[in-house]
Amino acid sequence: MAELPNMKMTKNDMPTQDPKVRAHNFEEVALGYDEATAIDEAKRCLHCVNMPCVAGCPVKIHIPDFIKKIREGDFEGAYQVIAESSNLPAVCGRVCPQESQCEAKCVRGIKGEPVGIGRLERFVADWHAMHSNTPEHCEKPNGHKVAVIGSGPSGLTCAGDLAKKGYSVTIFEALHKAGGVLVYGIPEFRLPKKIVQSEVDKLKSMGVEIKTNMVIGKTLMVDELFKMGYEAVFIGSGAGLPRFMGIPGEELNGVYSANEFLTRSNLMKAYIDKPVTPIMKGGIVAVVGGGNVAMDAARTALRLGAKKVYIVYRRSEEELPARREEIEHAKEEGVEFRLLNNPVAILGFRNPDNKKDPKNVFVTALRCIKMQLGEPDASGRRRPVEIAGSEYEFPVDTVIMSIGTSPNPLIKTTTVGLETNSHGGIIVEETTGKTSKEAVYAGGDAVTGAATVISAMGAGKVAGQAIDDYIKSKNAKSRKK
Amino acid sequence: MFKIVNKKFLNPTVCMMDIEAPFVAAKAEPGQFIILRVDEEGERIPLTVAGFDRKKGLVKIIFQIVGATTEKLKHKEVGEFIQDFVGPLGMATDVSNLKSACVVGGGVGCAIAFPVAKKMFEMGIDVTSIIGFRNKDLIILEDEFKNSANEFHVMTDDGSYGEMGNVCVPLEKMLSSGKKFDKIFAIGPLVMMKFVVQTAKKYNIPCVVSMNPIMIDGTGMCGCCRLMVDGEMKFACVDGPDFDGYKVNFDEMIERNGMYCDFERQAYEETCNLFKKEVK
Repeated sequence: MAELPNMKMTKNDMPTQDPKVRAHNFEEVALGYDEATAIDEAKRCLHCVNMPCVAGCPVKIHIPDFIKKIREGDFEGAYQVIAESSNLPAVCGRVCPQESQCEAKCVRGIKGEPVGIGRLERFVADWHAMHSNTPEHCEKPNGHKVAVIGSGPSGLTCAGDLAKKGYSVTIFEALHKAGGVLVYGIPEFRLPKKIVQSEVDKLKSMGVEIKTNMVIGKTLMVDELFKMGYEAVFIGSGAGLPRFMGIPGEELNGVYSANEFLTRSNLMKAYIDKPVTPIMKGGIVAVVGGGNVAMDAARTALRLGAKKVYIVYRRSEEELPARREEIEHAKEEGVEFRLLNNPVAILGFRNPDNKKDPKNVFVTALRCIKMQLGEPDASGRRRPVEIAGSEYEFPVDTVIMSIGTSPNPLIKTTTVGLETNSHGGIIVEETTGKTSKEAVYAGGDAVTGAATVISAMGAGKVAGQAIDDYIKSKNAKSRKK
Repeated sequence: MFKIVNKKFLNPTVCMMDIEAPFVAAKAEPGQFIILRVDEEGERIPLTVAGFDRKKGLVKIIFQIVGATTEKLKHKEVGEFIQDFVGPLGMATDVSNLKSACVVGGGVGCAIAFPVAKKMFEMGIDVTSIIGFRNKDLIILEDEFKNSANEFHVMTDDGSYGEMGNVCVPLEKMLSSGKKFDKIFAIGPLVMMKFVVQTAKKYNIPCVVSMNPIMIDGTGMCGCCRLMVDGEMKFACVDGPDFDGYKVNFDEMIERNGMYCDFERQAYEETCNLFKKEVK
């Protein structure tokens, strides 16, 4: 008879670095389960017949199956189960918002905390990376070439799935390093870059070719890829231009977009001693916005030596779009939340007597207006309304705007026949990722605007399947002729 | 990795290189730029394309040694490689529908101005070129400009060569004597461009300027290179680098470009010291 489940109401705690210590280093915050804790957590799974958790997973990992393997102590077996559905488990185990996906559907969550599915996924992926060198299983090369634009989560997923099916896949990456947002956006302390690198290396071992320094829409056009023999193209070019608020003072020195601030720190390693790429360190920092990117920017600023870091957000705590865990971590580390506050101007220094004063045009303060919640808006969230006469200023040295991005314009402006919506997102058929242009598929932020890693991976997966179907049916037709 | 095929110092602080980058060479047009990293740990810096040979797959860059990265690049020799070289980025200079044009280049900006002048000259447009430098020792590309222009002026601030004065002197003289251009292209230090625009405005002649804000990715992702053009936020890497000079806020640009001055000076000094040690 099977062992009875572990009926403890709460998840096994995730061991983390002490907040006071970690607020000053870039090492990973969460340390991961050990084997005994993983097995204990796995025993909390009830193995429900209808598997609600799987329905909550954008890439449909067979969750109860991999948890069962953990319970049996077969960690490599657990990895193989995950690998059937996900190409980036070590990444997803760390950055997926499980609480609104798989874990949100977990039956254990009704009366207590759900099974720590994300933590288990991370454990399995890390165990595999430490102990196993089993090569990924790929089918024999089928002789068909597919081009993938962008090496972020959607591109890596699409490329991995197609490589497994035997396609010869080339990824074209605009930056000098593969990984997209996983390397330029998400900080080291949340997702160590060596993990991204090992996922990229895994794809290379599967035969995926990665060409860096290739900006599609500039260096090569989508139509040229077809001339080069690629039979289908997946566009996963990601988010583009950062949004600003349009308030006075955004041109001042010391104002960053979150993308710029994080790119300087993550991709260009501005956080190390004696960096080659500069970044403003120390002082008082205000991050405007309440999403995961805002939390990343705030916590990065803290680690870069800021005396004080504020999150300035116009709605209330309940509406913060960031993951609970990220908000908690930020608070523990000392980030102060100024909720129901909206910036109206950024103020800068100007010495009227000395035009060459080096402090000129650097940020000195942020002027905000207090807000209150009114009637629900189109998003269903209560609309923040200004409280008249509540404007006030507080001193800051750096302002980081983290209020979203719009899709990258380079490909849409250079590809004839590729339709985009009013926000600039590429229009696709949801179930296939198919665009308005023959043999061109798309997914991730290039389609949706800023969203999550896992939803991009889900889109890459859908498109990978659709590309496989498309190429197979095209060849079947041509054989009939 | 991208091979350095030719290298030549145009003056003591300005170096020219031909880089083997066939994909970039195939697409590059005057006005566009590339981003490079010298080595694995290097920063990304934008440099405007100074020329290209599509057949040989070469892209010409001309750079002034002003900081740590250009200092490192200066020490790379023919046959050696640079780590990353990506482009062509930004929009090409629009030279359509012109009968006559004036190209004004200042200092190392002449490296960018020259391909624009050359292209227009080859298209049969009446080209007047004015290039300006602080002194005789800093002059670059004089013959190249001379051979691609219907009228040509070289200016030095101290009068040590050519005519004495800044680039606006001959421009003002021509315009005040009734000479008309369909467009003026000004490429050089921000202060120079600001004054060329003022002169052009006086005579109501459209003036395009090439902006060089601080950049990181150069592909429309980070937003570092933003500038206000006619009250609207633009990104030099995807919307530019050319903008209508009438609409650019030069003072703001000058201030923004100084953001990391101290850091850059220090990094430059440290890099120079490093190379000096190696020589010893």
